[in-house]
Amino acid sequence: MIIQALAFYLFAAVTVAAGVMVVSARNPVHSVLFLILAFFNSAGLFVLMGAEFLAMILVVVYVGAVAVLFLFVVMMLDINFVRMREGFLQYLPLGGMIGLILLVELVMVGGAWIVSPAAETAALHPAAPAGELHNTRALGGVIYTDYIYLFQAAGLILLVAMIGAIVLTLRQREGVRRQSISRQTSRTRAESVEIKQVPSRSGV
Amino acid sequence: MADMFDLAYDWLNTDPLGQAAYILIKIVAILIPLLLSVAYLTYAERKVIAAMQLRKGPNVVGPFGLLQPIADAVKLLFKETILPSGANRIVFLMAPMLTFILAMIGWAVIPFDAGLVLADINVGILYLFAISSLGVYGVIMAGWASNSKYPFLGALRSAAQMVSYEVSMGFVIITVLLLVGSLNLSDIVMAQQGDYGIFSWFWLPMLPMFVIFFISVLAETNRSPFDLPEGESELVAGFFVEYSSMTFALFFLGEYANMILMSAMTSILFLGGWLPPVDIAPFTWIPGPFWLIAKICVVLFFFLWVRATFPRYRYDQLMRLGWKVFLPFSLFWVVLTAGVLVAFDWVPHT
Repeated sequence: MIIQALAFYLFAAVTVAAGVMVVSARNPVHSVLFLILAFFNSAGLFVLMGAEFLAMILVVVYVGAVAVLFLFVVMMLDINFVRMREGFLQYLPLGGMIGLILLVELVMVGGAWIVSPAAETAALHPAAPAGELHNTRALGGVIYTDYIYLFQAAGLILLVAMIGAIVLTLRQREGVRRQSISRQTSRTRAESVEIKQVPSRSGV
Repeated sequence: MADMFDLAYDWLNTDPLGQAAYILIKIVAILIPLLLSVAYLTYAERKVIAAMQLRKGPNVVGPFGLLQPIADAVKLLFKETILPSGANRIVFLMAPMLTFILAMIGWAVIPFDAGLVLADINVGILYLFAISSLGVYGVIMAGWASNSKYPFLGALRSAAQMVSYEVSMGFVIITVLLLVGSLNLSDIVMAQQGDYGIFSWFWLPMLPMFVIFFISVLAETNRSPFDLPEGESELVAGFFVEYSSMTFALFFLGEYANMILMSAMTSILFLGGWLPPVDIAPFTWIPGPFWLIAKICVVLFFFLWVRATFPRYRYDQLMRLGWKVFLPFSLFWVVLTAGVLVAFDWVPHT
């Protein structure tokens, strides 16, 4: 038990510290690297809670794919660090106020938290009795039966976002030589090679 | 003497400190053979490729050149570690360590025999997949921190390549999971135990997926013909141009340890892990770990064979293969497998 408590404090402390470093690091690449560290330690927290499937998915999706693309983009940006810091004091009051409003809202939401009756009944009858099923199976059972429409809707939203990104960046350029694999492989010797008998001393 | 063994056995199993020590012993028992096999994998690679190119390969240091890997290691150890003046030092030094560590920790979930596994976790295959997808960070960090053109180009190529091939690898893993009904690596191996021995392993019913998985693994470990991140002919040595001495050695060890890890993953998913190919007497006498090692060696030989045979892919061809060939096909195969399992009521209920 004591090891679990120690592990929890370690993961939690590193997550919070890494989160602070994400916003305070001077170099944006370092920020992304700290973000990855924060993801990792959150995965550790998930494991401590017994949610091993969520922990692994967090690492695979966020650390393995999303953060790689983040890093990919951030590395290629040419950022002037001095100019980025210039307006810090000027924007401090506005930024501070937004932060304060968000904090108050969070406190209000947290203070006036009312669990909906539907959720309460759902909590009374959990989909899988703990210990009998692995949480991968339990999660699958819930997502693909009770919440299938929400799941499909989330998929559709992602699909629309993907199509939007493709439409925004797709452009047809003229004069680009493209390789057409099907045409290349369907070429035969007869249509691409011609043998000529060259008479000597006259050339082709 | 027997009393001492009993005492030690009790201490290792009951005392918390003893349990920690026992885990450490198990880790060492996995890692030392692993590092030795990494060293001799480099030797095997040079010998195999030499044989394919009608050369002799290393044959000077020790009998048959067997001490060559040790000579190489000593040479690298005694060289100077150079830190480029424009480099971002911390990230520069972290990158090789990360590569090496990631190649090691994947072995925690590999089952060597029934019950012979360091961490028998429920989501073993996801853990392996997560660890292998993290390998890209060592490359990206090295390329960025070197603050130099060729490493940076190598890092960008590697990032795009690994993200692309991970997707089809994920789908291949899903098809296997559909057949097994569990994410535990030991369950995956046991699901392949059947009356037909070698023919009831998953490579036969999932043959197209086996091929796709093997090719994706080549891309994931940056091996030829997908070794664009380090392509010697255009990027000098890609992301580790600026590395020397032990920092370079860590990248090197990490790459080869990753190859062995991926071969183990292929053996477990498709080649029946520790199961003997024929379930009759002389074959069942040989203990499971030897079968697993033999299968890993076979897959590794394919790695080397491919390297000696194929030219490097061009970058756009690499992307086309990943996104336009493997991804649609593996997606189709997931749907097909799921459809067949449901239609014939073969869905595993474990």
